[in-house]
Amino acid sequence: MKYLIIILSTILVNNVIFSQFLGICPFLGTSKKTSTALGMGAAVIFVLTLATLVTWLTNQYILIPLKLTFLQTIAFILIIAALVQMVEIILKKISPSLYTALGVFLPLITTNCAVLGVSLTVVTKEFNYGGVAHMLSLGESIVYAVGIALGFAMALVIFAGIREHIDLMEPPKGMKGTPIALITAGILALAFMGFTGIV
Amino acid sequence: MAKKPSTLINMLVALLVIAAVSGGVLGLVYGVTKDTIAQVDQKKNEAAIQAVLPLEGEITYKADTMQFSYEGVNTTFPCNLAFDANGNFQGAAVKTSEGGFGGKIDMMVGFLADGTIKGTSVLSHAETPGLGANMTGKFKDQFVDKNPNNFKLIVKKDGGDVDAITAATITSRAFSKAVDKAYQAFMANKAQFMNNAPAKEEAPVMEATPIEENNETEGGQSNE
Amino acid sequence: MSKNLQTFTKGLIKENPILVLLLGCCPTLATTTSAINGMSMGLATTFVLVLSNIFISLLKGFIPDKVRIPCFIVVIASFVTVVQLVMQAYVPDIYETLGLFIPLIVVNCIVLGRAEAFASKNPVWPSLLDGLGMGLGFTLALTLLGCIREFLGSGSIFGFGILPETANILVFILPPGAFICLGFVIAIVNKLKKESH
Repeated sequence: MKYLIIILSTILVNNVIFSQFLGICPFLGTSKKTSTALGMGAAVIFVLTLATLVTWLTNQYILIPLKLTFLQTIAFILIIAALVQMVEIILKKISPSLYTALGVFLPLITTNCAVLGVSLTVVTKEFNYGGVAHMLSLGESIVYAVGIALGFAMALVIFAGIREHIDLMEPPKGMKGTPIALITAGILALAFMGFTGIV
Repeated sequence: MAKKPSTLINMLVALLVIAAVSGGVLGLVYGVTKDTIAQVDQKKNEAAIQAVLPLEGEITYKADTMQFSYEGVNTTFPCNLAFDANGNFQGAAVKTSEGGFGGKIDMMVGFLADGTIKGTSVLSHAETPGLGANMTGKFKDQFVDKNPNNFKLIVKKDGGDVDAITAATITSRAFSKAVDKAYQAFMANKAQFMNNAPAKEEAPVMEATPIEENNETEGGQSNE
Repeated sequence: MSKNLQTFTKGLIKENPILVLLLGCCPTLATTTSAINGMSMGLATTFVLVLSNIFISLLKGFIPDKVRIPCFIVVIASFVTVVQLVMQAYVPDIYETLGLFIPLIVVNCIVLGRAEAFASKNPVWPSLLDGLGMGLGFTLALTLLGCIREFLGSGSIFGFGILPETANILVFILPPGAFICLGFVIAIVNKLKKESH
């Protein structure tokens, strides 16, 4: 039940794009075509989950015992960068087909602030899932990360679908491209506000 | 720039040197700022105590904790007890929290010895600006000088006495519940505080109904 | 000198990182709920940008090409942590409002982008000016957006009340307003750009 609440709240209520503003650059950059959006979404689900697992463990068993939590930012970004590189190499060796599908998106993920943002959030913020405010356990953090990533993928795919249609329209000249995309995103965010309060 | 050729050795050296230097610098900055950061927290704490429990005269505060089981969940409430010059228990500023709309709302509530709320202060929150975040304004002032004895800490919509913030019922509920938690914990624990005066031998008389000296409430300062 | 001046001013308007290049959208949308928040975020980023540009320009002969990105990231992350600690100690209120977005300066595309595209190829002085120009351009855009959103959403600018509470359009300080506002500002910039040609 608790996990269900986490999933629902991260996908719908606190959607990473529409209410937390993390990962906007890839959101605008890779949403021109639905197929690209699907690829990026899948890559983010994969990396975000893995990164949260590794950074949570690093924080719990290395940084906290050594009283080095002020190095969180620098440690996490290095872990994420190394992780992305490793995933790329391993994927190339084991599953070339998956690599061709996700490969181009992997390098972009290092600078996706959703990844660093989530790994920092789960180790610094107290949450209220299940009634009592507490720091997230490893299991909850992973579920949180999966939820955020699913929310990201969903937002991306929905948005890409809309943008494919916008491309066929003729908006005012100055509005073409990014501005109309941003305003569309704003209207989508309005729609997502309707979910607030459900959990 | 002329690209520097990469050999295993110079790559290792470059990474190690940069990491070591940055680690050293950060350690240094951390050392310098650590105390100030701790002071900031402490000052914020003191300011909050002053805001929620403004008392006249010579008051000594003593940090303590209370155990209370609220709705079956055993919780520890950090608090600061106020004693006057004679060691009489005057009241307490109790830290409490509750999950609001956007996240956890951390609060401090000041009680006089008889349970009257002297003031409330929000320490940190993540409520929506313009809606729930308005709790730091007029909304919280309605609690000042109310005794939960005859002031039900539930929003009017649910049958209580609290005027909810327009369009932010969840925040209003959470705020009221946090105050209620602190109140119940305070009432359950205050008997032991009465005999817990610092230094002084005995805290006399229970029915320590304190005289409310300062009528102009200062609880209303909002930080927006 | 005029070339240096150009290095500095191009970031302000012609290559404004947000309004023209569209880099660093996340903090732009998230922290511009008020003018002062937007400005603080801009200045914090400027600080990191200038210092990382200087140091990367100084170190460019020392860093081997293959590991340059990790080295840049370490340098940037160090300065970000410095900013984080200093803000926590001396401006705790602003630090709390900006929250997560201070550490996230590390992954702001502008910072790494300028390191890679400019500082690693140019001497120290132009790199400093480039960082300062880009940083101030970023600050300018953030403050502008902050002003617009604060004015529409809470009827004030930099905290000075102008409109009565009843005239507030709340949605502008909520997430949807951020997207819509930025969309319109960029549309206006596009229009002005076309007309000046």
